[in-house]
Amino acid sequence: MKKKVYIQSVGAITAQKTFDNNEFLEEIQTYKEQVIPSVNPVYKDYIPPAAARRMAKGIKMGVVASKIALEEAGLENVDAIITGTGMGCVRDSEKFVSAIIDNDEQYLTPTSFIQSTHNTVGGQIALGMGCKGYNFTYVHSSTSFESALLDAKMQLELDEANTILVGGVDELGEHTILIHKLIDHIKATPIATEDVLTSTTKGSVFSEGASFFVLNNNLNDSCYAEVSAVEIMNTLSKEHVLKAAKDFLAKEGKVASDIDALVLGNNGDVDFDSYYDVFAEGDFSEVLKVHYKHLVGEYNTVSSFGLWLGAKMLKTGTIPDAVVAAPTSVSKLSTILLYNQYRGENHSFVLLQQC
Amino acid sequence: MGIISAIGNNVAENYHSLIQGNKGISRVEKIDTNHRDQIMVGEIDYTNEQLESILALSSDNNYSRSALLGAVAALEAVKDAGITDIASHKTGLISATSVGGMDMTEKYYYKYAEQPEVQKYIDGHHAGDSTQKIAEQLGIDQSLVTTISTACSSAANSIMLGARLIKSGQLDRVVVGGTDCLSKFTINGFKTLMILSDTYSTPFDEERKGLNLGEAAAFLVLESDAVVQAEGKKVLAYVKGYGNANDAYHQTASSENGDGATLAMEKALQVAQLKPTEIDYINAHGTATENNDLSEGRAIMRVFGDNVPDFSSTKAYTGHTLAAAGAIEAVYAVFALQHNVIFPNLNFKTQMKEFSITPQLTLKEKELETVLSNSLGFGGNCSTVIFSKQS
Repeated sequence: MKKKVYIQSVGAITAQKTFDNNEFLEEIQTYKEQVIPSVNPVYKDYIPPAAARRMAKGIKMGVVASKIALEEAGLENVDAIITGTGMGCVRDSEKFVSAIIDNDEQYLTPTSFIQSTHNTVGGQIALGMGCKGYNFTYVHSSTSFESALLDAKMQLELDEANTILVGGVDELGEHTILIHKLIDHIKATPIATEDVLTSTTKGSVFSEGASFFVLNNNLNDSCYAEVSAVEIMNTLSKEHVLKAAKDFLAKEGKVASDIDALVLGNNGDVDFDSYYDVFAEGDFSEVLKVHYKHLVGEYNTVSSFGLWLGAKMLKTGTIPDAVVAAPTSVSKLSTILLYNQYRGENHSFVLLQQC
Repeated sequence: MGIISAIGNNVAENYHSLIQGNKGISRVEKIDTNHRDQIMVGEIDYTNEQLESILALSSDNNYSRSALLGAVAALEAVKDAGITDIASHKTGLISATSVGGMDMTEKYYYKYAEQPEVQKYIDGHHAGDSTQKIAEQLGIDQSLVTTISTACSSAANSIMLGARLIKSGQLDRVVVGGTDCLSKFTINGFKTLMILSDTYSTPFDEERKGLNLGEAAAFLVLESDAVVQAEGKKVLAYVKGYGNANDAYHQTASSENGDGATLAMEKALQVAQLKPTEIDYINAHGTATENNDLSEGRAIMRVFGDNVPDFSSTKAYTGHTLAAAGAIEAVYAVFALQHNVIFPNLNFKTQMKEFSITPQLTLKEKELETVLSNSLGFGGNCSTVIFSKQS
């Protein structure tokens, strides 16, 4: 018998003020940009200032988001740390590549190379709390986080660990922004928050962030949600999205009408948002649609914020106005389906249920 | 199994070189670096153009060298496993990489703006790109495909994850392994850390001067009992145990007594339900850096006490192939079991003074039941996988 897996606590740093777990998107920061940085907590409240100065943004966001989650769960250590990051420590990678080229392979120092490896955030979190347990980093574009979530879920189900810290983190880098503008992955002109979801242009608004969670098998009053199922797919055509969603639910003995809300990954890219349009008709047409990337932008592990949103919705029984297109009330809120993809690849489905 | 490394372009060539004691270490040829005369590397003979032609790719492809090497090795693995229809069972792919598309990134970094024809490589910046391409080459679609990057322990972790995905029933079959090409990025990175040898690397030698970087890719096909039975397949070896731990000591250095490596080996033995005395051969991580060999050697002594089994590092043959190393050495562990042979730790001359254990120095024929393989990396990541002849 597989054990059930629960989200025990959360911690999120995004382009909205999400690091305070007592708030739930009551105040929205609006933007008119092509790229939006994260809203920072006071890092020195969590990390000694000297250490914080040495840390790149991604490391800082990851370390602090994980501390917020651990604090809420009342824990100082865990059995395993599993991190997802699409681009890894991109600022240090950029720094080291440009230094190699600019200085013709001379006068290099190791700091940025050391910090450039994809597992730096996971390693730094482990180092900070002295966690000698299982430590994995997944780096598979938009399913980096879901790979981590799947791994954590599998270990908790099979009783290989009791408490796991799992999260997704990505930081913005200048050169990465520059070149992704060249190939229209970033919108050509600034776009207002309220216009993102109805955009008719190519690309998305790039951003950064970190969302971490403590998962375990303990059903208690402070649980956010049960993670009932996770699936990732490297490819999926638009024509098959609906069937894949229904097959995913069927494995859990559920049908479309059991779903109270759909958390979708629309990012305003005219070429790819059509993957989500299929839910507008047919079996899921009546299901409430929830969006979040107009608020926090796009990055490879932004779907970890989608999980944060779904988990908060289930725990609080509320849906913030900012994430639904029109004010809509739902009769009940106990089962949520999350679906995300990036540029038509690396699709993920996650099923959350009320504890 | 499928493999491409500095000592051979396929499984047969790699085995032949291991038996003959032929190392693949030389001066770097395919990368334009100022450090050419100060370092030795394990470079694969094929050029990118040759690899593209082996894979029959069109000229507008945007494969990085990691993707090219990975695709060649993964295709050999699937063929070697006698798979004619990849969709006949629920099949996933777990790859590992640390370099990813960095070879193209560093080549075109400042050229993207002026040269639209190279902009196709921007898509390959994220580490998962090579894995997506390998999946496409294998015909794996609508399935579980992901990438692990835990520095030099990465591919051992893909084997571990693959085994667990089968154990939990999520997949019936999974192609696991890793790929990393040489790049200026890693050459200069390890150079600044001052852990590159200016000559042939000498694992576990008192006078060791550092590592030789290498490039390679290797993949193994893991199948469930049900698939093996249904198809009446011959099993090459079993993934008997695995352990992963974090040293939680330093971002790049290993702890003095190898806490993480000790934990990883102990966990793997526990999962395998084996006693230390039941391990017949250890394929060590053995990078030939001052720090690794001391720390790993001490960890081995902590786990095995006075009964340290035969051990050797094969990195003097191939160079340290970073994220791919765990898969390269998994293939070598399976060779050891298949042929009952222990590969020599090349280039060794002087006993380390900190301990009395000495690696196996000559080719040794011996009946082997179990092989333990270590992979240790930056970020404190330590991994051990145990392979066995019997289930």
